[in-house]
Amino acid sequence: MSTARTWAVALTGVDGHLVEIEADFSAQTPEFTIIGLPDKALGEAVQRVRNACTNSGLDIPRRRLTVNLSPASLPKHGSGFDLGIAVATAAAGGMLSARAVRGTVHIGELGLDGRVRPVAGVLPAVYAAARAGFERVIVPHANAAEAALVPGIEVHAAASLAEVAALHGADVEVPDVDAVELAAPDEPETLPLDLADVIGQEEAVDALIIAAAGGHHMMLSGPPGAGKTMLARRLPGILPLLLDDEALEVAAIRSLVGEPVMKLDPVVPFVAPHHSASMAALVGGGTRMARPGAIVRAHRGVLFLDETPEFQRAALDALRQPLESGRIEVHRAGFTASYPARFQLVLAMNPCPCGNYGVRGAECACPPMSIRRYASKLSGPLRDRIDIDLQVARVAAARATSGERSRVTSASARERVVAARGAASDRLRGTPWRVNGEVPGERLRLGVLRLPATVRAPLDRALERGTVTLRAYDRVLRLAWTIADLAGANSPGIDELGRALFLKKGLLA
Amino acid sequence: MAAKDELGRAGEERAARHLRAQGYIILDRNWRCRQGEIDIVAQRDDVLCVVEVKTRRSVRYGHPFEAIDERKRRRLWRLAYAWTAAHPDAARRREIRLEAIGLIGADADTAQLEHLVDLL
Repeated sequence: MSTARTWAVALTGVDGHLVEIEADFSAQTPEFTIIGLPDKALGEAVQRVRNACTNSGLDIPRRRLTVNLSPASLPKHGSGFDLGIAVATAAAGGMLSARAVRGTVHIGELGLDGRVRPVAGVLPAVYAAARAGFERVIVPHANAAEAALVPGIEVHAAASLAEVAALHGADVEVPDVDAVELAAPDEPETLPLDLADVIGQEEAVDALIIAAAGGHHMMLSGPPGAGKTMLARRLPGILPLLLDDEALEVAAIRSLVGEPVMKLDPVVPFVAPHHSASMAALVGGGTRMARPGAIVRAHRGVLFLDETPEFQRAALDALRQPLESGRIEVHRAGFTASYPARFQLVLAMNPCPCGNYGVRGAECACPPMSIRRYASKLSGPLRDRIDIDLQVARVAAARATSGERSRVTSASARERVVAARGAASDRLRGTPWRVNGEVPGERLRLGVLRLPATVRAPLDRALERGTVTLRAYDRVLRLAWTIADLAGANSPGIDELGRALFLKKGLLA
Repeated sequence: MAAKDELGRAGEERAARHLRAQGYIILDRNWRCRQGEIDIVAQRDDVLCVVEVKTRRSVRYGHPFEAIDERKRRRLWRLAYAWTAAHPDAARRREIRLEAIGLIGADADTAQLEHLVDLL
């Protein structure tokens, strides 16, 4: 009868902290307490662990058992500690090798029958364990695939507590149980979305490619049925594929929200929250335990807000911090969690509530005041971060039914985007930025990237006339560089600048 | 006498023998007062030990120690002080300690015996 230790992982945000589980028996009448800031679900581990041990052939000594989760000041949530607590308990009771247990990280919830049940956030937890230098981690059978995505650590998937105990040298019979599986991934049949499906919107497709190449945030405005959503949905298809470590970040977030992760998906995520989404849904919330919101799920991908003016203003303004810093912080009464949130923003809106304002051949029924109110839903600071403001018009009926397909396919567009991004990152080598959309204006206006006066002339004139603000001026420069990268030019010329000014025009109004 | 009382009696007998073998001096057995009963009061060196004995035929309805819960321990402490109040000479300048002996088996003489010293 003694003390035994093993390890588990507590998650705050996507960051995993290694937690040491100590179990100690003292010569007192039987009791089982867990200390170290457990929440309700973790406190209930007492019952689960006791029954699971009994039903797995592990006899817990009838003495006072104290389980301490260290660091004791870090709040711990959820049922993922069950397995670690059971293993530490059995080792303290002398049934397992304390030495084998000490160097292993255990993640999993226990059923009363001793089966190991899946938990959310296994991927970031295993990642944290690997980074902390552990060589072996035991995860629930149902989470095996996502745990295996983490390199540099030996992953054991266990279906039952008895199986784990046998692995640590216990003399127990390993029953042949049906492993608990995750609910089958609810993946709707998605047809590949190709740019070639977009008919008669060459200008918009072009703008989409520029947005992808420079990582520029984008706003699409136009009447209903013009194809705004269609365009936005095709943005992930032309963005460069994720590198392995980026894909791992994305998968870690999916794991955290409890979605099954089977493989690393190199295509960037596309998140389109409904416009009724609250601020907590966008940013992340939760009362005791943080839950990442839509912004976080769009990390490394595209956040698409359809019907932008219908969103709550506060929810929209919550986008400002992550747009600036690439991270979002969730503050709640009991905790703060910080998540990565580096996404490309695509907004879509109608010109007015009825959608017909300024559309040829249609009549707008909105009173002027409501049109203004509609447009002013987007605060200035948010608009400031949108580089491309594109008007999308309805396609003429003759073209829509002609059967012709656009010549630009997603595959060819992605090639151009990758090439342009390569040029930009070569130029930005040695700076913290990787795409043109991230470069601050001073650098383009004053630094080595300053354009010659002859090229700048039209833009300078616009600034003098007051038709562009200094902020808009910077954005035009950024766009011009991206357009030059796409064209394979060394630096933007008059043409590129003119095109950039055109894409920006919406903000001049 | 009911069978369970007989087993309990036999268990206490076995516990007393065990304590004597360990060098305890038995001071009192089945001491009663208004608050309840102490199974055994014993002395070892300079420590006064209040011992609760619990015997069970099997662990089907739980381990004997599981019956000695928080409430029971608090009552035992109260009884311990009641005993010292009633026996001031024996208790003078002695530390008090709570102990528990659990017996599992149908026959007290061959039952498995567990002894917990110094309960809180």
